[in-house]
Amino acid sequence: MTVQELAIKMEFSVAAGAKAFNKEVCGCYIGDLLSRVISRSKPSGAWITIMTNVNVAAVALLSDVACVILAEDVEPDPPLIERCDIEGIPLLRSKLDAYTIACGLKEII
Amino acid sequence: MSFLSELIKLVYQVDGDDFTAAGSASSDVKRIMKQLGMDSEITRRVTICMYEGEMNMVIHAKGGEAFVEIDDEKVKILMKDKGPGIPDLNLAMQEGWTTADETARNLGFGAGMGLPNMKRYSDEFQIETKMGEGTTVTMQIWLNGGKKVA
Repeated sequence: MTVQELAIKMEFSVAAGAKAFNKEVCGCYIGDLLSRVISRSKPSGAWITIMTNVNVAAVALLSDVACVILAEDVEPDPPLIERCDIEGIPLLRSKLDAYTIACGLKEII
Repeated sequence: MSFLSELIKLVYQVDGDDFTAAGSASSDVKRIMKQLGMDSEITRRVTICMYEGEMNMVIHAKGGEAFVEIDDEKVKILMKDKGPGIPDLNLAMQEGWTTADETARNLGFGAGMGLPNMKRYSDEFQIETKMGEGTTVTMQIWLNGGKKVA
């Protein structure tokens, strides 16, 4: 499933990185501590977090995750949006909490 | 035929307290390893080691220097700072123990995984620290026959 298909099915809004929406998504990781995320997340996974600062883009890039999903309707900082657009990292937003998003992903991926 | 015709040497200056640029050296090393067609798992381990070292220098040491060498057998990373030094290395090597301040923690740092991750994902890990003078970390990741880290 591509990021675009995922975003449509889960009704995520798009904050940045639309040019990379054809990436394939496989699995997910939930976490806000960056050292945990960089070492435990899997390439091509979706990363669900409530962190909104620009460092999220660096970790997403280094981890090769397919997309970042901001849970609980948190608002991304402008530098994060800018970096995700530059680097081609899909940045999605949801009003749902991380658990509910992960359950939804399990149903459709 | 050898993998590389010559040794690749990379040098990076890491700015202290600049959280917005944090990870740029790690990103550059990853990009170069990808261009060289290096194994993705080796690249992942090098990336994790580099990023943790880079972040430690940003958070704790007001920056420093990173030296990376890539040859046919290994990737060697040397990270050197002139920070305050680490008072208790045994504590610092424990997962979850951190001295990161509130600013760093609010940004998602300070998990207490920095040095443990550097040791976990490298095949050889050495650390030297002296109070008031700084810390030097040397890591080697072998291209063949190294660790399998989940």
